[in-house]
Amino acid sequence: MTFVQFLFYFFAAIQILAALRVITVRNPVHAALFLVLTFVSAACLWILMEAEFLGLLLVLVYVGAVMVLFLFVVMMLDVNIAEIREGFASYAPAALVVAVIMVIEMGMVLTHRIFNVRPPLEKASDVSNTEAIGRVMYTDYVYPFEIAAVVLLVAIIAAIALTLRRRPETKYQTPIEQIRVRRNDRVRLVKMKAEKKESGS
Amino acid sequence: MPDLTPAIPEIFLLTMACVVLVVDLFLRQEQRHLTFWLTQLTLAGLFLLTWNGMQAGTVTTFGGSFIRDPLSDLLKLFTYVVTAGVLLYSRDYLRDRKLYKGEYPVLVLFSLLGMMVMISAGSFLTLYMGLELLSLSLYALVAFNRDSSEASEAAIKYFVLGALASGMLLYGMSILYGLTGTLDLAAVQERLAAASDGARVPILFGMVFVIVGLAFKLGAVPFHMWMPDVYQGAPTSVTAFLGTAPKLAGFAILLRLLVDGMGGHQADWGQILMLLAVLSLAIGNIVAIAQSNIKRMLAYSTISHVGFIVLGVMIGNSDGYSAALFYTIIYALMSLGAFGVILVLSQKGFEAENLADFKGLNESHAWIAFLMLVLMASMIGIPGTAGFIAKFWVLQALVESGHVYLAVYAVLMSVIGAFYYLRVIKLMYVDKWERDRIPLPASDPGNVALSINSLGMIWLGLFPGVLMAACLAIFAA
Repeated sequence: MTFVQFLFYFFAAIQILAALRVITVRNPVHAALFLVLTFVSAACLWILMEAEFLGLLLVLVYVGAVMVLFLFVVMMLDVNIAEIREGFASYAPAALVVAVIMVIEMGMVLTHRIFNVRPPLEKASDVSNTEAIGRVMYTDYVYPFEIAAVVLLVAIIAAIALTLRRRPETKYQTPIEQIRVRRNDRVRLVKMKAEKKESGS
Repeated sequence: MPDLTPAIPEIFLLTMACVVLVVDLFLRQEQRHLTFWLTQLTLAGLFLLTWNGMQAGTVTTFGGSFIRDPLSDLLKLFTYVVTAGVLLYSRDYLRDRKLYKGEYPVLVLFSLLGMMVMISAGSFLTLYMGLELLSLSLYALVAFNRDSSEASEAAIKYFVLGALASGMLLYGMSILYGLTGTLDLAAVQERLAAASDGARVPILFGMVFVIVGLAFKLGAVPFHMWMPDVYQGAPTSVTAFLGTAPKLAGFAILLRLLVDGMGGHQADWGQILMLLAVLSLAIGNIVAIAQSNIKRMLAYSTISHVGFIVLGVMIGNSDGYSAALFYTIIYALMSLGAFGVILVLSQKGFEAENLADFKGLNESHAWIAFLMLVLMASMIGIPGTAGFIAKFWVLQALVESGHVYLAVYAVLMSVIGAFYYLRVIKLMYVDKWERDRIPLPASDPGNVALSINSLGMIWLGLFPGVLMAACLAIFAA
């Protein structure tokens, strides 16, 4: 077994275990953390295959977006923030384990060249894979690319259609009315007799 | 620059869907019918564009990921017709339930786009993207009545199981991609044919996952669990859409993946499909007897019809494919009519979804009862209706290819299935009208479209030649 194979099985094992934990842990916060670990392991696998652009994209987009997801979980599921703060110490070990494994993984990928291993696949050409993706994205794959855009549009429409509702009780500003307002609408001049100053005081 | 002409209907649809979306923003609720008619206009335009673009032979574009061939033309034309029919029937239904919103036709149009992408898919990638576009729109449509807990439950079930099915399909595709190194279905076919014997097990492994995913989407037993709950829980107008047009697209991807992509392994997938068909025919027909909700009953009826379609594909020759294609089209039209009747009978605050609601329908709505009679007769497969021709053709193809036992089995199951269709007819014509159960006169008794739809089943049963010839010509080459 070459070192690259070892790395592959190592990351794959971590990924599968982390994915299993995502669905087995009870705590949504833990699940989100394991999801992060799953994504990072997948990114490591991609980088191992010299698809470094996709690997980085996965880390940037998914791991970044998952943090948002994480926040949503905390907010939407009505998890009491104070309770989470209270139990912060109990999360620390899980977070620490995830963090340490991620660091080790990244370190292994970055330093695996010192073990003098060959890349698993010969490069098809001398262009970097970022450039290769850029070349075909809007040419050969323009059709699936456009469909992906439509899928995202549908997701937006569906999300809005299913969640938007008018709340008459909510107070909100109407900018157009604010701009069009005239002085006469707001200020009323009232004529009244001047009051005499009372002599006693 | 790829050749865009074969994809003009898709481009037109995408443009119009966005136009409808934007136009709808500027309309008040009482002008909402403009959105509706604009949607119908879009469908009419699509029909003309596809009709004009029809020609013999296959055209591929976008590097082979888009195919326009006679199969795609025919299926697309019927998808437009079915979609237009569903929208026409569901107008009053939606208005009565405060679901008459602009997003509804827009989501229907986007799911239609997904179906068209599926029908014209030439690679794993476009096929999957089209399927996701369709599924995503359908999840949202099922949940569209967000105040209904039943609809939400149905949507969650549909979403979870649909995502699982997509995952299965994707996993199978990724295995096949790993084995062949290409996403293009025609190239997959070539490389699988050239694969060594040692690769047979991995190919089968990938194929099984692909078929499981497809069976989930089509609703074949044992991957049918979502259908009854989703059919029952979704708003009837959505069920009508869900149960008709996507089956045409599902049939297309079944052919594209198995016949175009893995045609060399017909002996392998034929056996799997045979098992699916045998189980679907049994479960679909027998369990439907126990249902008291007509939407649920029609879900099981769908499962049994899917069994017939899968039987046709299983045969693995051009006659079988033609028969299955004909069956799929007829099924979509019959099912459209049956849901149309439920939609027309449903009133404000009343869902005509229980079998008991059909008691004595002949006394109060004689014409609608007659239309339902025709549709049920067609579903049974009584001679003189389109359903008979469809069943007969599949059975004939089975017998000619030497599957006599399967043909006998399918007939037996159809006879069992006839019971629950006949029960609807009996309820309508023999049972007495219970005054408090029957709703007021239907909103649009002379619903012309519904009449054309139902009577069309008789017309297609008496003069099926044109459609049959079209189905035969597609696979003749």
